[in-house]
Amino acid sequence: MKHLLSAADLSRDEAHLILDTAEEMRSLADRPIKKLPALRGRTVVNLFFEDSTRTRISFEAAAKRLSADVINFSAKGSSVSKGESLKDTALTLQAMGADGVVCRHGSSGAPHLLATSGWMTGSVVNAGDGTHEHPTQALLDAFTMRRHLGSLEGRRITIVGDVLHSRVARSNVLLLSTLGADVTVVAPPTLLPVDMTAWPCATSYDLDSVLPKTDAVMMLRVQRERMGEAFFPSAREYTRRYGLDVHRMAQLPDDTIVMHPGPMNRGMEISAEVADSTRSVIVEQVTNGVAIRMAVLYLLLSGSNEEEQTA
Amino acid sequence: MSPAQSAEQPDVVQPSERGSREVLDASDISRALTRIAHEILERNRGADPVVLLGIPTRGVPLAQRVSARIQAVEGQSVPTGSLDVTMYRDDIGLKPPRGLEHTDIPGDGIDGKVVVLVDDVLFSGRTIRAALDALGDIGRPRAVQLAVLVDRGHRELPIRADYVGKNLPTSLVERVTVHLTEYDGEDAVLIADKGAK
Repeated sequence: MKHLLSAADLSRDEAHLILDTAEEMRSLADRPIKKLPALRGRTVVNLFFEDSTRTRISFEAAAKRLSADVINFSAKGSSVSKGESLKDTALTLQAMGADGVVCRHGSSGAPHLLATSGWMTGSVVNAGDGTHEHPTQALLDAFTMRRHLGSLEGRRITIVGDVLHSRVARSNVLLLSTLGADVTVVAPPTLLPVDMTAWPCATSYDLDSVLPKTDAVMMLRVQRERMGEAFFPSAREYTRRYGLDVHRMAQLPDDTIVMHPGPMNRGMEISAEVADSTRSVIVEQVTNGVAIRMAVLYLLLSGSNEEEQTA
Repeated sequence: MSPAQSAEQPDVVQPSERGSREVLDASDISRALTRIAHEILERNRGADPVVLLGIPTRGVPLAQRVSARIQAVEGQSVPTGSLDVTMYRDDIGLKPPRGLEHTDIPGDGIDGKVVVLVDDVLFSGRTIRAALDALGDIGRPRAVQLAVLVDRGHRELPIRADYVGKNLPTSLVERVTVHLTEYDGEDAVLIADKGAK
């Protein structure tokens, strides 16, 4: 692996390697010295063209725990606001000797362009591009599920909400199906892509019929900032049909876990009681995110690139 | 058994390891581990301060076997775990990335304890250097000792073993392989010319 651009690029073995490595990385949290020397002398640039709290902090913590040098770049307050192109930004990073670039961009495909254009030689990690993919989020979700459910083979995972705009949903469907899970996406028709035939999952418009047969339910954020037009009549109607509240939660089997990639709209797609309930693993997802990003950075950056390419 | 002469001895050659010689068999390994267990107890005046940490992969079952022997002799169990050194290796930037092995530090930690590192083959000493660095990030043992099943020489660092199953003079072109039932279905230490597989 040289880059991590899409969850679809991961074979089952590679996905398991990342998850197993993350398991070891997670045990670091219990140690007095939360630091490993694996990436000493490597430089990781967090290249964020779009707002983010947990993903950027998570990548920063992960890189620092592996002893890498971290440079944070956010488009606000940089030369991008003066009109610098992605290419010139990439050339600048190359000139500074970035070994790894963690890229979030509002346009789908921007990390792919960085990785394949030849502007820079470092490894590129997609930290969310437009409405396309967010592979490390899918990995940390799979990691969290695996810790609670054991093997994901044959497990029933339900993803609810704004699938149309969600890079989290796409990456999760791709990764979870690679890992052998049965995925169902639930959304109002207006928030599903027009053609779902290429997605390796089932679809439903009716949340209540799916909930009793699910091992993990993942609520997606309603992404108002990506919605130029009305996709549903009102927020209240959305909440009534697709929000997870205490009554809906009661339909879930006993050991089903509730997940949310964050940031949450409490009271919209998930009620506060559910988010704070014992079924909720939302805070744990954040903890696991650091371990997964450590595993990804370690596996992409620790070795020598020359040998890696021939291997 | 006659040393280092490369004449084949068909009665001990494993069918899967053509061109390799068996230098320790299952009972040799068993006796060596028993002796090491006794030496550890003698040196440390009992099992009280001792924590055994095996270095993956084959150091881990060796540590467990030594632990079982100490338990049998002293009637007291010794905290036993494993210590992965992958991220502390000095060649980490030179080789393709490798997956991590499991690190399992016993519940009471290693502070103030006598940590006995257990590995199968002591060669350049670089693995042990990495293990010492890894230990430093976990705690501060009172002392660190090293037990190995085979010491094949050719050290590249000032490191020596405290407990040795067998000193095995080798040439650099030879390859020493340790087989353990947990991984390979048999207990044996084999020596072969490099390239002969």
